[in-house]
Amino acid sequence: MGLESKLGGPGTGWLTTKLDVVVNWARKNSLWPYPFGTACCGIEVMSMVSNHYDLARFGAEVVRFSPRQADLLLVAGTITDKMGPVLKTIYDQMAEPKWVISMGACASTGGFYRAYHVMQGIDEIIPVDIYVPGCPPTPEAVLNGILMLQKKIEQESVKDRK
Amino acid sequence: MESYVKVVKVEKVGPLDTLRGLWVTLSNFFRTIFLRNRVTIQYPEEERDYSERFRGVHILTKHEDGTPKCTACFLCATICPADCIHIEAGEHPNNRVEKIPTRFDIDMLRCVFCGYCVDACPEEAIIMSKEYDLATDTREESIFTMEMLLNRADKLGFDNGYRPHFGPLGGGGTRGKMEEAGITGTTRKK
Repeated sequence: MGLESKLGGPGTGWLTTKLDVVVNWARKNSLWPYPFGTACCGIEVMSMVSNHYDLARFGAEVVRFSPRQADLLLVAGTITDKMGPVLKTIYDQMAEPKWVISMGACASTGGFYRAYHVMQGIDEIIPVDIYVPGCPPTPEAVLNGILMLQKKIEQESVKDRK
Repeated sequence: MESYVKVVKVEKVGPLDTLRGLWVTLSNFFRTIFLRNRVTIQYPEEERDYSERFRGVHILTKHEDGTPKCTACFLCATICPADCIHIEAGEHPNNRVEKIPTRFDIDMLRCVFCGYCVDACPEEAIIMSKEYDLATDTREESIFTMEMLLNRADKLGFDNGYRPHFGPLGGGGTRGKMEEAGITGTTRKK
């Protein structure tokens, strides 16, 4: 972006740091998830956004099923070779900043489907920030993943991307 | 022609009937707002109390002297449907015991937490705990090695979960009942 490229000259380090704190706080507390639920893990995502394990408590209340409006791609379920290009298209259509959580065994590594038709992990096609193991992971495990993503966002800097 | 429809009751629909239909929703709404009786489990501070048979992260059990009970028989690795257990066997100095694992890795991102490895183990060397929150940054970090699996219960203080042979508190299950009855069977004593 225009303003951040001018930061980084001498004497502006403190400004960038303060800007980082504010921008990262805003980004981590308002993640808008896109639940890309293809299989059983999608049910656990539904359970996580309902009231027993509320995801809205962490600011991620707004689930948007359009990649243009979301910033967290929550891949929940088995991704087959046929679904791969669809997932890549959806990821490309999301605007920066964007993060990806790979939920469950199937999305992370193909799980126990060591087969010709299952993609052995979505990191073959898109970069993943957090992997959550489980089959399916309990909703609390996914919440733990989102909390870990929030900690990861705190470490970012506005000069890195976007 | 006679009608095939018999009219049983005619209800006049008024404005309050909408509320009657919404009664379940409204009663929950008033309960959470006015009685402050919420069902939300506040995750990092509170956790749900799972059952005694919950299948979480594996624990490799130890004898009293700290050596692993596992004899590297490969039964768990053979039955694992996800093929996520990788064992390499080494020699144990005691001839009665013969084998001990030198490498015991479980890839948590492949594991489906089915519990078949626990069912298959003849020595109760692998059990499952109630720990479930294992999110990681990279795929390599989630391959749990033998050291991590052995010491898990001591380090984290999680309750034991799935232990079908000896039951949740050590006194139930098939093997526990055999021991109570005095049948020693194949339980190896060192």
